[in-house]
Amino acid sequence: MTRLFGILILTLLVLAFAGAPAVAAVEAGSRSLTDRTLELPSWAEWRRALFLQDYNTRIVVLGTTMLGLAAGIVGSFTLLRKRALMGDALSHATLPGIGLAFIAATALGADGKSLPLLLLGAAASGLLGMAGILFIRSLPRLKEDTALGIVLSVFFGAGIAVLGVIQQMSTGHAAGLEAFIYGKTASMTATDAWLIGGAGLFCTVVCGLLFKELKLLCFDEAFAGSRGFPVLAMDFVLMFLVVVVTIIGLQAVGLVLMIALLVIPAAAARFWTERMSRMTLVAAGGGAVSCMVGAMTSAIFPRLPSGAMIVLASATMFVLSMLAGPKRGVVARFLRRWRLQRKIDRQHLLRSLYEALESSGELAWDGQGSVPIPMSTLLDARSWSPRRMKRQLRRLEAKEMCRTEGAGVRLLPAGRAEAARLVRQHRLWEIFLITHADIAPGKVDRDADAIEHVLDPEIVEKLEQTLAEEGRPAAIPSSPHPIDIGPASRQEGPDNA
Amino acid sequence: MNSLPAAAGSSRPEDGETAESPLSIYDLTVAYNRRPVLWDVSVNLPAGRLVGIVGPNGAGKSTLIKAVMDLVPRASGRIHVFGEPYRRQRGRVGYVPQRESVDWDFPVDALDVVTMGLYGQIGWCLPVRRKHREMAREALERVGVADLAHRQISELSGGQQQRTFLARALVQDADLYLMDEPFAAVDAATERAIVDILQDMKARGKTVLVVHHDLQTVPEYFDHVILLNMRVVADGPTADVFTPENLQRTYGGRLTLLDEATEAMRRRERSL
Repeated sequence: MTRLFGILILTLLVLAFAGAPAVAAVEAGSRSLTDRTLELPSWAEWRRALFLQDYNTRIVVLGTTMLGLAAGIVGSFTLLRKRALMGDALSHATLPGIGLAFIAATALGADGKSLPLLLLGAAASGLLGMAGILFIRSLPRLKEDTALGIVLSVFFGAGIAVLGVIQQMSTGHAAGLEAFIYGKTASMTATDAWLIGGAGLFCTVVCGLLFKELKLLCFDEAFAGSRGFPVLAMDFVLMFLVVVVTIIGLQAVGLVLMIALLVIPAAAARFWTERMSRMTLVAAGGGAVSCMVGAMTSAIFPRLPSGAMIVLASATMFVLSMLAGPKRGVVARFLRRWRLQRKIDRQHLLRSLYEALESSGELAWDGQGSVPIPMSTLLDARSWSPRRMKRQLRRLEAKEMCRTEGAGVRLLPAGRAEAARLVRQHRLWEIFLITHADIAPGKVDRDADAIEHVLDPEIVEKLEQTLAEEGRPAAIPSSPHPIDIGPASRQEGPDNA
Repeated sequence: MNSLPAAAGSSRPEDGETAESPLSIYDLTVAYNRRPVLWDVSVNLPAGRLVGIVGPNGAGKSTLIKAVMDLVPRASGRIHVFGEPYRRQRGRVGYVPQRESVDWDFPVDALDVVTMGLYGQIGWCLPVRRKHREMAREALERVGVADLAHRQISELSGGQQQRTFLARALVQDADLYLMDEPFAAVDAATERAIVDILQDMKARGKTVLVVHHDLQTVPEYFDHVILLNMRVVADGPTADVFTPENLQRTYGGRLTLLDEATEAMRRRERSL
């Protein structure tokens, strides 16, 4: 059942973001009007990319999709471990390594652009950056964010300098190295894609195997340690996975934007579920779709960096999740607040109707409906605009709780029962607040009002029990303060029980 | 200096330790950044008792519990759990951490949290099975929140959260329980329920060590009490030890010279 739900969400996500290539295409199309170098591809080119007819495109898209899947999963763990930015510093720290690996390879006469070599350099300088972070953090009075800021900027700066040196060199054909900064799938060969996909699969499998251990680490480090789990080693495994994902993401996403793939799918997934297993699955799906979209767009429009497309696709996903998330989403929260407000208004109106009858001494019941209560009395009691009053009355009428007749409102049997319940509940709270919380009777109305609408039945039951134990009546008690409603209250406070 | 319990394998009776004692601590000193938090603490817990640790803020109560589980490095001292180093007796020790250390927004529900108590038994890389979830559910039933098993933990009340974490310790079926302020931020009903559970545990022969804040309830809840303020001020049956003089020595007349020394070391640490 729960698994079905997860799959459903995943499918929805996939469907939702299948629209993104169209968005990207429109964007690219509008751009092509001003940018003459960008040509609108023919239908044949579209088809080749979208239906993965070309072997190379197929492998590249699959490899990148695998990368997105792995990044979504690993990102879920780092997000919950509150180490999300570590990935950012790490990816920036790889740039000097890429440049130096290129220089070293060309100097030795090897192919400077062999991906495994460049990634090896990237990993080495990334790890060096990580060591730098750990060292700076260990210095007194310097916190982790400081360490991240220093390492990120210094390593990136050094990397830019190294790339500048390469541009000056006569031997190297350095064009293409900047693909690592912004991401470009076009320069990817099938072998590269196999490497990327394989490494992504490796990360996914490790996360799957160690799921419960890593979950425990992220949730409660101290408890994990007390149970004998090697917390330090597990943290190391997690960081290692981040390194792998970052390194293989360099070519497709680029080092500047790599952090997006580690953070955004996981953050978006958090809106959809309250369970970590599902969150990881949703993040994996979201990351995979973003990467697929980015890689395809880049295949269709070779001049659009795939990294940017990937980030835009995942950002679309994030915004949609933020809006539409079932519990934490903006729309859901707005709806909840709106429903609560409507409920509160309804309850207020019912209570006013009841109290108006009560204070004019006409609560006596003949089973048909009450005497009409003048609209002016209600308007006085609630200080609502006549329009708001009419709207609320219409809602009550729809539920057959009251009936408007001329200038008066009759409370019908269903409405009276509900009103009696509400009034009783409100007064019990008032009495409780006066006797137990020492709140002055004059103020208690508002305080009771603030809590009574949002309580679940269990607490009301407890309240009744507490008051019953103290010998309070089970019937509707009279109000502990004067009610400002109806003609009677103008002269004297009501004391009819 | 650094007492790795390497030599602890064979010789120990010289301190009057018996293999049955659930927890024996000798000359434990713990320091954070060279600032001592616990100095020369020695404690010998009797088996099958409810033991309270009381003392002012910063007295090192939580640190003592963490030191037992090797969660903080010790500067010196020796700790034995059922006569052996903690790492060999881990399975017999249950732990309830302080509620401040928990990330309540984490995407887990109450049942997930309790199941975590079994992760050590389940073993690396193996999935949680139905059997384990049944055990977790039973533990939730014991603390009376089984109907909330699928609530995300921030949607539980303070008392329900505390019961959930108690259930996570109970599910391990340990012999020694270490609890860090289980009564913090709970309602009266939960406090009563937790005390009942503690009594029940005692009846089953478990030993429970509880960091406690409310001095009023100490004589009612605990058979044995440890008064702690960096050093052990007093340690023994509640009736004998929980006296106004001892409390005065724990809370009031702080060891001023010790305080000053600590403060001086802290300042020097900052200036380095």
